[in-house]
Amino acid sequence: MSIGPEDIKKIAHLARLQVNEVEAEKLCHDIGNILNLVDQLQNANTQGVEPMANPMDATQILRADVVSETNKRDKLQKIAPLVEDGLFLVPKVIE
Amino acid sequence: MFNKTVKELSTGLAQGEFSSTELTRCFLDRINTLDGKINSFITVTEESAIEQARLADELIAKGHANSWTGIPFAHKDIFCTEGVRTTCGSKMLENFISPYDASLVTKFKEAGAVCLGKTNMDEFAMGSSNETSYFGKVINPWSTDVELVPGGSSGGSAAAVAARLVPIATATDTGGSIRQPASLCGLTGLKPTYGRVSRYGMIAFASSLDQAGPMARTAEDAAMMLNIMSGYDPKDSTSLKHDVPDYTADLNKSVKGLKIGLPKEFFNEHLSAELQATLQTAIKAFESLGIEFKEISLPHSDLSVPAYYVIAPAECSANLSRFDGVRYGHRCKDPQDLMDMYLRSRSEGFGQEVKRRILIGTYALSAGYYDAYYRKAQQVRRLIKNDFVEAFKEVDLILGPTSPSEAFGFNSKGDDPVKMYLEDIFTISTNLAGLPGMSLPAGLLNNLPIGMQLIGNYFDEARMLNVAHQFQNITDWHTLAPSSIAVKNS
Repeated sequence: MSIGPEDIKKIAHLARLQVNEVEAEKLCHDIGNILNLVDQLQNANTQGVEPMANPMDATQILRADVVSETNKRDKLQKIAPLVEDGLFLVPKVIE
Repeated sequence: MFNKTVKELSTGLAQGEFSSTELTRCFLDRINTLDGKINSFITVTEESAIEQARLADELIAKGHANSWTGIPFAHKDIFCTEGVRTTCGSKMLENFISPYDASLVTKFKEAGAVCLGKTNMDEFAMGSSNETSYFGKVINPWSTDVELVPGGSSGGSAAAVAARLVPIATATDTGGSIRQPASLCGLTGLKPTYGRVSRYGMIAFASSLDQAGPMARTAEDAAMMLNIMSGYDPKDSTSLKHDVPDYTADLNKSVKGLKIGLPKEFFNEHLSAELQATLQTAIKAFESLGIEFKEISLPHSDLSVPAYYVIAPAECSANLSRFDGVRYGHRCKDPQDLMDMYLRSRSEGFGQEVKRRILIGTYALSAGYYDAYYRKAQQVRRLIKNDFVEAFKEVDLILGPTSPSEAFGFNSKGDDPVKMYLEDIFTISTNLAGLPGMSLPAGLLNNLPIGMQLIGNYFDEARMLNVAHQFQNITDWHTLAPSSIAVKNS
């Protein structure tokens, strides 16, 4: 499957990454090579094969719905880039 | 002192030959002297190490010591350590001081081991040469004239152990990141069964493949490490409730009559004649222990790398979406608006290889491509697992190469990422299947160490370690040290 610079820019935006023209060209080439490698998968006969998400086919373990964590807000916010009054600050979202 | 195994150091401490403080000083001095060139550490925690060693010496004096009390070691910088910088080899986490300990970190603390610092690694564990680290490349201590890679992504852990800067280190393996550097640095490294070791606090790359394991010089030390590391953890929802044996208990058991399978797909054109010959010599040594060999087939092996480069990037793109510049990690200067903040924080914080994998994963998971890529890869993943399930009906273990070659030079794979990805061609299938795999030294190629791989059935780590230990009893490849680091090969 071939991939062009416009595809790269679209995916990059979905992934919230900036890609300039030069990088997009280079990535087209790199990702094209990787997709060629990955396209070998299409040769496999997978009819009726159940997809495997977990190597042990384990399902999500559930726990009782009780409070188990203590409040660590101050500790966790100490490493945040910008906080005020216990809130994480980001650029203005609503005008 | 620094050329001893954990087992030997433990005996030395118990018998009062040296104190933990002396031992810790000895290794810290080596780090200070030698690591400027090797660059295997991102952070050295000298002060807290000295304090931990002092406490260990008190415990030893009171007779409250166990086999790990006072033993120096290092953590791969992927494990969150409270109050200590945890970078994962990325600019994104350059200044991240973890507010909590990974479960594995807690376990080593409780065992009384002395942590000397955090080791260098490929950024977010994505790489096979340590060239993607934001904190500079790690030099393989086996290098002589030309600088060689230590392998990756646990290249810092491998280089530090090989250079005798620490006796052992923790590591992680998503597609070969313990076994390939172990092979290239002459070490014994083991990736346990998926779910054997808790992933809590281990910074995630591809959650259904990531597994932590030991990086050591001997199978015996690896077994001792696995004793600490293994076990169910309610904080990791994929950790498994399965009995933890004493991995050192069966090391000396006879291996006579065991059957090892040789997959014909591993002994193919990817394997050089020299490596083929090295493996044949190792097989002869195993045969002298009474082990039988049998050719087997893993028919879907050639689809491992393709399946991996859909599944791992897909999980990576989801996991790394948490780095948004809001709660922790890098935030760009003066963002214009929220979108600008996301875009620039992530683009400045992530390196090239990480971005590439996020993009592949985003593509594979995007509308219209999900079935062709992600679903197909997960189906192939089951076919790969089924191959192993069939094989283990006939044999106890599987043997093959770990890495296609010995350590290579920097930039030698050019700028085609696929060339680097093929470095893991023999190791990736066990991650996809969730099986345990280990690498142990098999010989020298061009005066550089090269490993071989043992793959076991689910939860069969004890048998792998038993066979590896018996092999190490009759060979001395695992005792060789690089000449550059002033250790006699004894």
